[in-house]
Amino acid sequence: MNKIEIKNLYLIFGSEKQKALRMLKEGKSKNEILKTTDCTIAVKDANLDIHEGEFFVIMGLSGSGKSTLLRCINRLIKPTKGQILINGKNITTMSDKELLDMRRHEISMVFQNFGLLPHRSVLSNIAFGLELQGVSKQEREKQAMKSMEIVGLKGYQNQMVGQLSGGMQQRVGLARALANNPEVLLMDEAFSALDPLIRVQMQDEMLTIQSKMKKTIIFITHDLNEAIKLGDRIAIMKDGEIVQVGTSEEILTEPANDYVARFVENVDRSKIITAGSIMITRPAVARLRKEGPEVLIRKMKERDITVLPVIDENDKLIGEITLEDTAILRHKGIKSIQTAVLSEVHSVTEDTKIEDLLPLITKTNSPIYVVNEERELKGLVPLSSIVVEMTGKDKNEINELIQNAIEL
Amino acid sequence: MINIGKYIEMAINWLTENFTLFFDAINVGIGGFIDGFQNVLMWIPFYITIVLLTLLAWYKSGKGVGVFTVFGLLLIWSMGFWNETMQTLALVLSSTIIALIIGLPLGIWSANSQRCDKILHPILDLMQTMPAFVYLIPAVLFLGLGTVPGAFATIIFATPPVVRLTSLGIKQVPKNVVEASRSFGATPTQLLFKVQLPLALPTIMTGINQTILMSLSMVVIAAMIAAGGLGEIVLKGITQMKIGLGFEGGIAVVILAIILDRITQGFGKQKKGK
Repeated sequence: MNKIEIKNLYLIFGSEKQKALRMLKEGKSKNEILKTTDCTIAVKDANLDIHEGEFFVIMGLSGSGKSTLLRCINRLIKPTKGQILINGKNITTMSDKELLDMRRHEISMVFQNFGLLPHRSVLSNIAFGLELQGVSKQEREKQAMKSMEIVGLKGYQNQMVGQLSGGMQQRVGLARALANNPEVLLMDEAFSALDPLIRVQMQDEMLTIQSKMKKTIIFITHDLNEAIKLGDRIAIMKDGEIVQVGTSEEILTEPANDYVARFVENVDRSKIITAGSIMITRPAVARLRKEGPEVLIRKMKERDITVLPVIDENDKLIGEITLEDTAILRHKGIKSIQTAVLSEVHSVTEDTKIEDLLPLITKTNSPIYVVNEERELKGLVPLSSIVVEMTGKDKNEINELIQNAIEL
Repeated sequence: MINIGKYIEMAINWLTENFTLFFDAINVGIGGFIDGFQNVLMWIPFYITIVLLTLLAWYKSGKGVGVFTVFGLLLIWSMGFWNETMQTLALVLSSTIIALIIGLPLGIWSANSQRCDKILHPILDLMQTMPAFVYLIPAVLFLGLGTVPGAFATIIFATPPVVRLTSLGIKQVPKNVVEASRSFGATPTQLLFKVQLPLALPTIMTGINQTILMSLSMVVIAAMIAAGGLGEIVLKGITQMKIGLGFEGGIAVVILAIILDRITQGFGKQKKGK
């Protein structure tokens, strides 16, 4: 089910918004519009469907309009045109009272610079949202204590927020957002102001919290690694437009355009790409008891390979057989390949990350086999593919490198 | 040559002729307020006032200020200026209270409305830089001689700092705190009382402190239009060339100023330190 739907959303800063909109329709560029109307297009024709319980990440560089888009969702900034539906209710046309209600009960927000009240204690900061709703002191403090426990702040309730470190302050920010028990959590670069170690720790805790609470989270970041770690799906924004929406793997393996591709270039691919996505499906196989040395030698020669996976009649992986051993069998006139099958092979499942394949390639010259839980062969990953993925270079470049190496 | 003075004179004459009732009302209202204050301060025996002020100074600003308050006030009493000092104090406090009643809302308004800010800015400049004596003339024309025109001139002179610093304090509240509060569903009123005013309080207290000190300096000048109090002693010193008397009055004013300043600063600091 779609929790939040954003439809044809435009946000324009400046006084001549309508004129700017008209010029946009005529297909004028942002610079032209800026020159003639003095208007900046912050968000242009954004469309998004965010599912219930999804951890949705919007990423882009600064100035890409991502934070602005987020602020449209709880109408801290009013969109110029378009709709935002939350649970089917259009937030862009709500009355002030409905909007207050929505902000108090359904959407909470966590900010990059925390936005805490420095003159209050941790507990009263966390209870602030409930205080605005008019919840009694006793009740709101009870709830605040609960949400303090979730974020690991137990025992800090009476400290003043100014005395806490950045990481702790953001925990307060998170606890304050959770205390309202909202369905939707908006997080604007929530961990960007923290130092790297604390940041990783907060990311991990956020994932744990989410696995328990199952909120619909919209998380803004400029860090692709963070996006990939946290996001069920990621939207990439550039110059106010959403360039691509997809799972992290989709974005890494099929970047929609050069911009995304360049973004993705610097990511540690080994942590995201799985064996399943780079394997060769339906590879040539040796069928035990069905195929003899003659057939196998022909298969290998056809494909210019020196080793074949061996499977039984149920497609289960048993081992592999080399060209050399097959040739010996043929020489000896043995028809069954059983004796030449090497059963010590590396096999992994489809969702194994390349990172985890790396240790395996040092011990073998054979490809790594990909199987499912029943050990049925799904495909194989040639060692060269792993190198290709790790270095981010394409096959031709690799071949060139190998050629150079041989010549040397 | 343009004779601006003539037009201002005309305007003020017109005001005095047509708003007699209004000025009479002010005279009665403010006059009653100040008189009430004065009567209370004079009625309380001096030693009780000294004890109360000392305790307040000690509690808000520490031991040193407390000790200074005891000896300062005892000195004033022994110079025989107790009644004048209480008159001055009453005038200062009542002028300050009225200045705050006018100034705080204006400051809040100008923090939230750019237009209001733009209009107020030159008016505040004018109120602050115009030589203080000039206010005495229309005050006398409108309200006659006495404490009320003194307070009137004092209020005009002393309101700007509290307006400016209230506005500044609210504008200085970090944007992200305001944004966060709005995102949790704060109404404008909740935003003002739960976020903006508490965070602006140290700055507002500085404004109040300035207003009190400016009132005090103006109250002395207002003695020229028979507002009474310590100013009268200083004025007597000047007009009769009694150097000693002038200085005695001056010392009393300084002591009062220091006590008031330290106590109000104490209020601001305490909130900040928490």
